[in-house]
Amino acid sequence: MGGTSSKLPKDLLSEYQELTFLTKQEILLAHKIFSELQGGENGPYSSRVSMQKILTLPELKANPFRKRLCHVFSTSDMKDGSLNFEDFLDLLSAFSDTATLEIKSHYAFRIFDFDDDGTLDARDLEKLVNCLTGETDDTRLTAEEMRQLISNILEESDIDKDGTVNLSEFQHVISRSPDFVSSFKIVL
Amino acid sequence: RSLQLEERKPSQQIAQRRVRKRRRLRKVRRRVRKSREEEERKQHVQRRRLSSSSDDNSEDESMSEGEMARLKEEVEEKKKLIATLRNKPWRMKRRLKCLKEAQAFVEKFEGALGKGKGRRLYAFKVMMTKKIIKFNRDFENFKTACIPWESRIKEVESHFGSSVASYFIFLRWMYGLNLVLFGFVFGLVVIPEVLMGMPYGSLARKTVPREEQDSAMDFSVLFEFGGYCKYSIMFYGYYNNQRSIGLLQFRLPLSYLLVGVGIFGYSLMVVIRTMARNANEGGDGAEEGTFTFCWKLFTSWDYLIGNPETADNKFASTTTSFKESIVDEQENLKDENIHLRRFLRILANLLILCCLGGSGYLIYYVVKRSQGFAKKDRNELTWLQKNEVEIVMSLLGLVCPPLFEVIAELEDYHPRIALKWQLARIFALFLGNLYTFLFALFDEVNSKLENEKEIKNATIWALKEYYTNYTLYNNVTENIPPPNISPADVIRGPCWETEVGIEFVKLTVSDIQVTYLTILIGDFLRAVIVRFLNYCWCWDLEAGFPSYAEFDISGNVLGLIFNQGMIWMGAFYAPGLVGINVLRLLSSMYYQCWAVMACNVPHERVFKASRSNNFYMGLLLLVLFLSLMPVIYSIMTLPPSFDCGPFSGKDKMYDVIMETIEKDLPPFMADIFSYASNPGLIIPAVLLMVLAIYYLNAVSKAYQNANLDLKRKMQMQRDEEKNRRNNKDSTNQVMKDLEDLMPNKSLIPPPSAEETEIPADQLRKSPKVTGKPGAAATGKGVHVQKDVSLAAANPRAPVTRPPGPRPPGPLPGNARGPPPGQGMGRGRGGPPPRR
Repeated sequence: MGGTSSKLPKDLLSEYQELTFLTKQEILLAHKIFSELQGGENGPYSSRVSMQKILTLPELKANPFRKRLCHVFSTSDMKDGSLNFEDFLDLLSAFSDTATLEIKSHYAFRIFDFDDDGTLDARDLEKLVNCLTGETDDTRLTAEEMRQLISNILEESDIDKDGTVNLSEFQHVISRSPDFVSSFKIVL
Repeated sequence: RSLQLEERKPSQQIAQRRVRKRRRLRKVRRRVRKSREEEERKQHVQRRRLSSSSDDNSEDESMSEGEMARLKEEVEEKKKLIATLRNKPWRMKRRLKCLKEAQAFVEKFEGALGKGKGRRLYAFKVMMTKKIIKFNRDFENFKTACIPWESRIKEVESHFGSSVASYFIFLRWMYGLNLVLFGFVFGLVVIPEVLMGMPYGSLARKTVPREEQDSAMDFSVLFEFGGYCKYSIMFYGYYNNQRSIGLLQFRLPLSYLLVGVGIFGYSLMVVIRTMARNANEGGDGAEEGTFTFCWKLFTSWDYLIGNPETADNKFASTTTSFKESIVDEQENLKDENIHLRRFLRILANLLILCCLGGSGYLIYYVVKRSQGFAKKDRNELTWLQKNEVEIVMSLLGLVCPPLFEVIAELEDYHPRIALKWQLARIFALFLGNLYTFLFALFDEVNSKLENEKEIKNATIWALKEYYTNYTLYNNVTENIPPPNISPADVIRGPCWETEVGIEFVKLTVSDIQVTYLTILIGDFLRAVIVRFLNYCWCWDLEAGFPSYAEFDISGNVLGLIFNQGMIWMGAFYAPGLVGINVLRLLSSMYYQCWAVMACNVPHERVFKASRSNNFYMGLLLLVLFLSLMPVIYSIMTLPPSFDCGPFSGKDKMYDVIMETIEKDLPPFMADIFSYASNPGLIIPAVLLMVLAIYYLNAVSKAYQNANLDLKRKMQMQRDEEKNRRNNKDSTNQVMKDLEDLMPNKSLIPPPSAEETEIPADQLRKSPKVTGKPGAAATGKGVHVQKDVSLAAANPRAPVTRPPGPRPPGPLPGNARGPPPGQGMGRGRGGPPPRR
């Protein structure tokens, strides 16, 4: 086992409360869960938790976007999707109940942008649809349906008709949706 | 400090006066600054303010007015930055750094701004503000920790998704509302009567009559809320009409009336506040059909799902909904037989109207029959006959909704529209039933009032007879002592309010029983049968016919809303009803959570009735108004019973208020009230409100129009951009005309050369923007035509330098001055090539 269960220092706690949308209990709970994830790691006490360990969390296990979540919120230089505690807090804050629409839509855009190029083009949308329709073949859409679907989506949301959805168009669509804020939530 | 100053300055009069004036000004400035800072202070890291201030002592003299103001502004800015840091989508490390910098800056210069005398007081105030902020934050945390049943709801959410969980959240909210109402009623009406009023058995209204005393303890009687139950604090009739009771001179009748009306006021306030909060969160502008595909793609995944089985279900339903929408789009073009459709729809509506009418009549008939039964002896009636009304109402509530669904097959609507129709019809059914019940009850009340007149006459007559006899036998005409009859033997009036209260309580209790039984049989038993019979049955019970039940969200929510409506109606006549409801909601929470986890499966087809939160709140509001009306009507028009309840002896119930105004309040208040209730004042007030509504409506329409205008403008700009990028030829007629007016058309620079060279040395700060070659070139193209074009700079590129066809000269923010027109990595911000 790595280190003992370290307590979060008080001034850090108050700063985290200032900087995120989480309450004190939520931050402490996150710290506890994160320490447990770290505790199982072989080797010395490392401040980053690998992606595989993060994906064992029950809240993320069934999520089709779990890998993207780790990649988006990770600040590691090796781009391996590992998260340290502050990244973890960032994740929880963006998905918390009180986070604003701007933050949520910003991160949603980055999650959906599979190739990290700043826009959602047809390839990104296709990957997105495949994520949502499951792994097995009989639940996937045929190529014809996929093409039709993507053209419908671009017709609805692409205002400047350049074939991709950029951040402001995405936010425009999302801000009208009544379900987005309530479904874009993760609670530990 | 003052000595120091006087030593330093010349000892002349003028200089001394100057010094004093400066000191005064400084004090004033300090006070103003202090009050402003205290208003906007945020929590800082612990530091000694005094040590920092002592460093800047010497600077105080040298800072001028303008510098102070600028410093103040910067401090304010930093504070604002601290407050909005959590909104910025940066990484935590960057935010932490920014926070620390900002806090350090504020600490350092705030110390400089507040000095001199009163330093200790200032420090004390700073400390108090910090403590208050900390206390507020702790209180918020504590409030969040106090919310009950979080873990239970979270479990339901992870298995069933957020739509099922929204029912439980609604249930919890209702529980909170009822708890507050219970607090009002209990604290302000029941407790005073119990503690300070007359005990049981002392008055006629508080005692079981002699003829009923044998059966008063029987379970069957108690179960029907007769016997000891009827003459207890649960019902209206127990309360005494004494004007003020106890040491504190608590005015019970006034309190009863105000609490009865205050229940509605509080509920109204809470419902509207919740509706406003929901409206802020949810999207408002877009109609149903504008973004269907986008929303399905971007918002359909529910991140709260943690169960793999549920996730699989969700995948399947998402796929189905995609396929359906794709097919829908194509089917919209199909041509159908409109006339047949219309005929079928009219037929269906007629059938449903017949059903509704039939159920209303059935209830009326049954209530009339129960009045007939009430005249007979209780022992002769069967249980069925005694509880006929409640059974019929509950059965109608169970049977009719599926019937409506079957009839709705004729109509062939889109599922979402069909759901709306279904909800509207169930609502009409419940409403019709409730109001028919009320009308039948009202008839009964009238007949009781007639009855009461006779009994009243009989009592007066009996009293007169007693006095005459007394005078005859004892030859005394004055100071005759009141008749010495035990309270149990006094002739009683029929007390219609208690009867109404009993009816409502019985209705609520039977509603509870039916709901729990339905869950037990419909969900639990069904699940048990499907599970265990599946081993020895021909077809697969789990996948085929009965299968497990799905949680009926809308049915349950409507049931909850109507239950609350009945509580609101009955609370005035039966103060104990609110307590019963609190217990019911509490047990319902645990029972339904268990039932949902044990017997239900997640929905196969999940199409969310969007904006459903405010839809149900709107229904609740409607039900609130509908239940307010009968109560207010009875308060205003019906005379209270002469011998039971807190208003006995008065002509109308609201006379208690008139009495209070006359006797307890100072005389000018009575004048004010009489002026305020003058129709000459009320009618103009109503007219004013109508005008205000009209005005607000017009303003909102104007905003909508402005919105559309802006959207159109945005579209036009983007079209212009696109066109300029592609063929440099404006397709917009307005633009074409404007271009024709330009003196020298050659101001539009040739795009080709720059387009190819600019992308090579792009230095973009934000990783989000793509290296689109068009952007840079348009940047150049745009700012040349900046004076005439409505199109602003391409919104995708970061605007770090102001584009502008300014005359040659240093641009603000451009440190390099007028550079040559190329070689700048951003392709923008340089002045146009000079001619």
